[in-house]
Amino acid sequence: MKAAATAAFVVVLASVPLWLDNAYFLHVLIVTGIFIIAAMSLNLLLGYAGQLSLGHVAFFGIGAYASALVSLGFKLTFPFEIEVQAKPVWLAMLMGMLAAGASGWFIGRIAFKVRGAYFVIVSISFVEVVRLVAVNWVELTQGPMALNNIPPLEVWGITFLRKPANYWLVLGVAIASYVLIRRLVCSRAGRAMVALAENEPLATSVGIDVTRYLVLAAVVSATMAGAAGALYAHYVRIVDPDVFLFIYTVTMVIMVITGGKGTLAGPVVGGLIFGLLPEGLRAAAIAPEAQWIVYGLLMVLVVYFLPRGIVPAFTKIRG
Amino acid sequence: MDQLLQHGLNALMLGGTYALLGIGLTLIFGIMKVVNFTHGELYAFGAYMMYALVMLLGVSFFVALPLAIALGVALGALLELVLLRRLRAADIDTTMLVMIGAWIALQNAEQLAWTGVAKSISTPFPAAPLVIGPVSVAWNRVFVLVIALILIFVAYLVINRTKLGRAMRATFQDRDTAALMGVRIGNIHTATFALGSGLAAAAGALLGPVFVAYPSMGDLAAAKAFAVVILGGLGSIPGATLGGFILALVEELGAGYVSSGYRDAMGFLLIIVILLFRPTGLFARKERVG
Repeated sequence: MKAAATAAFVVVLASVPLWLDNAYFLHVLIVTGIFIIAAMSLNLLLGYAGQLSLGHVAFFGIGAYASALVSLGFKLTFPFEIEVQAKPVWLAMLMGMLAAGASGWFIGRIAFKVRGAYFVIVSISFVEVVRLVAVNWVELTQGPMALNNIPPLEVWGITFLRKPANYWLVLGVAIASYVLIRRLVCSRAGRAMVALAENEPLATSVGIDVTRYLVLAAVVSATMAGAAGALYAHYVRIVDPDVFLFIYTVTMVIMVITGGKGTLAGPVVGGLIFGLLPEGLRAAAIAPEAQWIVYGLLMVLVVYFLPRGIVPAFTKIRG
Repeated sequence: MDQLLQHGLNALMLGGTYALLGIGLTLIFGIMKVVNFTHGELYAFGAYMMYALVMLLGVSFFVALPLAIALGVALGALLELVLLRRLRAADIDTTMLVMIGAWIALQNAEQLAWTGVAKSISTPFPAAPLVIGPVSVAWNRVFVLVIALILIFVAYLVINRTKLGRAMRATFQDRDTAALMGVRIGNIHTATFALGSGLAAAAGALLGPVFVAYPSMGDLAAAKAFAVVILGGLGSIPGATLGGFILALVEELGAGYVSSGYRDAMGFLLIIVILLFRPTGLFARKERVG
């Protein structure tokens, strides 16, 4: 029954470009899908491993920049001379994921030495340093001038230039990410992560290697966020340092918390709500500042009244 | 050498306000166990209140300053009563999320109220700088440092010499025992948050006229406050005071000798390095757990 409902939901989602004749709304759905992938990756750290990372957009941005740069080719004279020719986009996207995963490993090794408030502050510091590098390292990133004319993905003679193609691509990656997270969470490593989140001293006492599993979670999470970033770069085809803005991390966090952290469907539900809500608010002719005020207040209200999120609340009502 | 001296002097001028920001944040964290993401918004609030009082209402600069600080104290008390009072038993992640929500709402409310255009605030100080041998410093910077030092001293007196301060220190050491001894924890939390917020607003009211007031000015200020607090060790007031001056010096030297584009990155790098090699901060001895 449940499998049938899921299958029906996926079929409905997949059929959207066939009957929706509104390019703008399709664009909104694509961007929402990309953010849902990023939110799912954050959920792995925040929901399952129990670490509130407020630097998650760093991995998204690193994935976007690395993928864009490899696909465009670049030349460096400092700190060493290197010239990279333009590579095919699929390879660039893999490189983007690799770069994001590697930075996830690196920052995981550093940041998991501390917990709680300290971890949060380290994660914010990390993304700010990365953002300032993106602004100032003009030779590589073009700084505020942005990387332009990023080529779209091309595989087996299909160019992902038009919106329906991009929609299906994003949907495919989202489903793959969902399945991957489900498998991971149900595995031994996933149970170890949940155990850590529940009670770290107890988990350590039964022999779970804390740092190893947290770093593993960070690497998987960062790689997935990097994939979302790479999709974003080759879809909108321009990347500037604003991808590192804190507000994007906050958007992801709100999506996960509202939907229900530590649940598989949570980021999807929260992502759909907060991906489509801005459009609703815009239709109601509300200024963007007021829209963000609504976001902020919603976040406060969710913490007060639905501390575990929509999905767990819904499951409770049904059960 | 002259250049180095000038950097040192600039750092001294800036360090006082960083220390104010840091002390406010460290008080709130130490006593309430709340990571206060609205701290930067109180800073921006202080600057905007100076703008409103001096530029719009024509209040004298020296009257506007204490008024702006008082308004910051009031806003802090209000935030605590509305948002945090009922979350006293909640864990740190929960309060953190509420504070992030409040931060976004406040910052955008500022943008809505004052528009995105930066506002400059005129000061009564002479434009010609004070020249001491090879170095020079603007008069308004000297004023900022003097007032900041006075406020730091007042904060010390409140915490170490008053009944309220004793209750705050007791709550910091052991909340439950303090409550058993008759300390009203709720009131202490409100007072702490109001005092911390007042210090942040004071920093904004002092630096707003030196630079300009703009809606997202609080973000960098909050980041610097976090850096100061981590330098000094969470909950340590002498640490935060010294941390403020150290951060200002590192920023000045970084901007002067590395690249001015990375000035604001220095604080973040400092945070990462400190947490890597000395996670308890430079001056605290307490073990850092959660």
